[in-house]
Amino acid sequence: MSTVIEPPVTGVEKNVEEVETVTIRFAGDSGDGMQLTGTQFTNTSAVVGNDISTLPDFPAEIRAPAGSLPGVSGFQLNFSSQDIKTPGDQPNVLVAMNPAALKVNLPDLEEGGTLIVNTDGFTPENLRYANYASNPLEDNSLAGYRVHKLPISTLNMNALKGNVELSRKEIDRCKNFFALGVLYWLYDRPMETTLNWIHHKFAKNPEIGKANEIALKTGYNFADTTEVFTTHYTVKKAKIAPGKYRKLTGNEATAIGFIAASQLSGRPLFYGSYPITPASDILHELSRHKSFGVKTFQAEDEIAAVCAAIGASFAGQIGLTGTSGPGVALKQEAIGLAVMTELPLVIVNVQRGGPSTGLPTKTEQADLFQAVWGRNGECPAIVVAPSTPADCFHMAIEAVRLAFKYMCPVFYLSDGYLANGAEPWSIPAIDDLPKIEVKFATDPATFMPYARDPETLARPYALPGTPGLEHRIGGIEKQHITGNVNYDPENHHLMVKLRQEKIDRAVNDIPPVEVMGENSGKVLVLGWGSTYGSITSAVEKMRREGKSVSSAHLRHLNPFPKNLGDVLRSFETVIVPEMNLGQLCTMIRAKYLVDAVPFSKVKGRPFQIREIVRKVEEYL
Amino acid sequence: MSTQSNGHGSNGNGNKQIVEAVSADSEVGSAVSGRVAPPPGQLKKADFVSDQEVRWCPGCGDYAILNNVQKVMPDLGISREKMVFVSGIGCSSRFPYYMNTYGFHSIHGRAPAIATGIKCANPELSVWVITGDGDALSIGGNHFIHAIRRNLDLNYILFNNRIYGLTKGQYSPTSEFGKKTKSTPAGTIDYPVNPLSLAIASESTFVARSIDIDVKHLGQMVEAAAKHKGISFIEVYQNCNIFNDGAFDSFAERTVRPDRVLYLEHGKPMVFGKNRDKGIRMNGALPEIVTIGENGITENDLLVHDIYLKDPSVAFMLARMEQPEFPQPVGIFRAVERPTYEEMMEDQIEAAIAKSGPGSLERLINAGETWVVE
Repeated sequence: MSTVIEPPVTGVEKNVEEVETVTIRFAGDSGDGMQLTGTQFTNTSAVVGNDISTLPDFPAEIRAPAGSLPGVSGFQLNFSSQDIKTPGDQPNVLVAMNPAALKVNLPDLEEGGTLIVNTDGFTPENLRYANYASNPLEDNSLAGYRVHKLPISTLNMNALKGNVELSRKEIDRCKNFFALGVLYWLYDRPMETTLNWIHHKFAKNPEIGKANEIALKTGYNFADTTEVFTTHYTVKKAKIAPGKYRKLTGNEATAIGFIAASQLSGRPLFYGSYPITPASDILHELSRHKSFGVKTFQAEDEIAAVCAAIGASFAGQIGLTGTSGPGVALKQEAIGLAVMTELPLVIVNVQRGGPSTGLPTKTEQADLFQAVWGRNGECPAIVVAPSTPADCFHMAIEAVRLAFKYMCPVFYLSDGYLANGAEPWSIPAIDDLPKIEVKFATDPATFMPYARDPETLARPYALPGTPGLEHRIGGIEKQHITGNVNYDPENHHLMVKLRQEKIDRAVNDIPPVEVMGENSGKVLVLGWGSTYGSITSAVEKMRREGKSVSSAHLRHLNPFPKNLGDVLRSFETVIVPEMNLGQLCTMIRAKYLVDAVPFSKVKGRPFQIREIVRKVEEYL
Repeated sequence: MSTQSNGHGSNGNGNKQIVEAVSADSEVGSAVSGRVAPPPGQLKKADFVSDQEVRWCPGCGDYAILNNVQKVMPDLGISREKMVFVSGIGCSSRFPYYMNTYGFHSIHGRAPAIATGIKCANPELSVWVITGDGDALSIGGNHFIHAIRRNLDLNYILFNNRIYGLTKGQYSPTSEFGKKTKSTPAGTIDYPVNPLSLAIASESTFVARSIDIDVKHLGQMVEAAAKHKGISFIEVYQNCNIFNDGAFDSFAERTVRPDRVLYLEHGKPMVFGKNRDKGIRMNGALPEIVTIGENGITENDLLVHDIYLKDPSVAFMLARMEQPEFPQPVGIFRAVERPTYEEMMEDQIEAAIAKSGPGSLERLINAGETWVVE
């Protein structure tokens, strides 16, 4: 095989150029392996020390018709020697495996950007599928870009044919690794990380492993030795905070965050879930960690998933359920039961485009109202939201801490962008993580099911199996203190207020919101959830230009941090970018009577930095 | 007041009423504070009676079932604090409030799912699901199927009164076809479901049926269910004397019962009748009623009941036998062994620990490829 992967050195002289930040988008058919290619490039870039941020963008259909526009799958990666917080506004480089991928993604490519196309994908049939009247590779329509036309399928086939015992179809599936090899040379990346992955992944299928290895190396050598590319680029290690790092997606961080919460509280984790995009990876990840005593339960439906979690909470475990917006809609009655019975419960909502089935694989933030107000009756719950993929780890711990301390449901609002996006994670020291204290009632002489902690108003947590504490809970209104069924009007009024006051008191337990920049000025950009990267990057950029802009980002959405009202009132204008029609904006207007301005984008895609900059400039 | 109107309120200052209410906690009497129950061998029925006033209609069949369950509990050898009764919504679902055990009155149809979480979290608990025909088979139909097929070690008692009582008299999924009720003045056009057929189709490892007023038999069924490891499903014919009075009288009434009810007993031929002269015999693939002594038929010709048959076909056939064509069968239809869900769940955890040691958070967060930034 060495004859194939090491073609004769031709002695072409190549320039090396250093660049700060590069944004690449890989695009192809959903069966072309673009997600894998992007993930491999990401892993390698992380390991060489670049800062990274990714945006996978794939269709809801597993395999839409080959070559069709809806079947295009993309993966955008931003890697840099600087501290970056978003996957990049515009790709500098677009890899397009077929005409449909070109058609869908070309509008996003920066002017004069680099375009690498697989010319073998540009068959008359594929051009027709993509509604191209003429071949864009031949009609001069790509004149504004640096176009590299590579017959990737043919080159890959020639490299592998006769060297591996695989069918033509199987060989063709390796072409994404050929393309990856080309990109590795172009951006001066080592191949070790991907080679290790191949060896591990295909340990039981060495022939396919071998084929992928040849494809990768041949692609690399092809780029090195032919005259297609005259320059390659290096991106130095990023200047980010010292420490030990690993790459993490939001869903991975969420899963290990909840395992950490289990270890920190000493309570086993029970995860009830029904498969749903984009939350299923949390179920997959948790089910791999049984050695932590994690119990995963793939329920018959969303309702059973949350009910089983409530049952587990009643019996003393961390009752956790995870889903996306449609699943939360189904769970709400049971969440009301947890509010009424005052049991700890954490509900993960990896938000996606709605309403109804909506855009299953795209991101959105339109379930905030659903979390805060989406149940019958006066039914308050705590709501938290991670702001970056790595922050998912910390907010998972925070959600469990609050659920136990206040004996109530806690919503954890992630979204599709956080869930699938990756960034480097500074691995924390375990000693720096918060301890989670869980107290159980044990004394039959003093036990009252609905007596309350004078500070938090939490009721006692009495586990089945504790002698002398036998008691009954349920969804019917209960008498204050005794917990007996009670329909008295005064008691109901008191209990409604107690349940609300308990959630309100959690404000004493959450950190104040921090302002990035001056504490007062012209514009405050207020965000929550996954908009953190775009907002922070935009505000940092404008502040470097001397503009009077600050930002604040909420990780606690019910209750709000104590100082939020003061912060909001310290600015002339408050702008709230959200991937919804202004839900947080409505909440802060109602609560603080500030004339905040909503900035909505509900397109299934995160905000670009420049979109926020443009909006803020309107108010300066 | 902001607390009420917008859901984020008073930033923890409380208000007078709440402060007073909470500070008064310690002064409330100890009427409901628990007392530790005696050990299992010394438990009595009274230990299982809660201090709550029972609020079913006078004459309801639920009283008999409650009384029976409370009577059987001390014989099970299980500590009182390890017992949990979980219910959904409906008249029968008030049951847990009347048991002096742990109890969870949940939401409509979801008791099996809540019980699943409880049992998985703590397999040492004895978990009972109390449900009705609407709760289990209509709104909770999905959970019925799945909780049963998983074979959790739950005791699942369905009070079947063939009517919606708590909502005052609409037809239920077990109401007879054509029944006139408040919501079906022209008669139902819903074909009813047979709870035992559905339980057997859902792979239930223990299936039984009894009648509220047949006190001794019901007690035996409850006890057998408790002792079966795995899901134990009991359908109890329960009279709703307000909205469906006499629904089961045609066979359950004391004077006709011997002729119209078939008591299934393991290892015994299927005999019934006041004079013990009627029996069930297979005729090809179908059962038929025969008279012992006629045409040379003896007990040896009759079907012998076997609750341990792995194949559910005979149990299913028995579940389909109904009045007036056949005597209504009661008793244990099947009782087979299969590993329980919660055991297998624990086994997988133990296997994972045996393979790679107990989970280490340090290892978990440092897993995969890492790099150091200086």
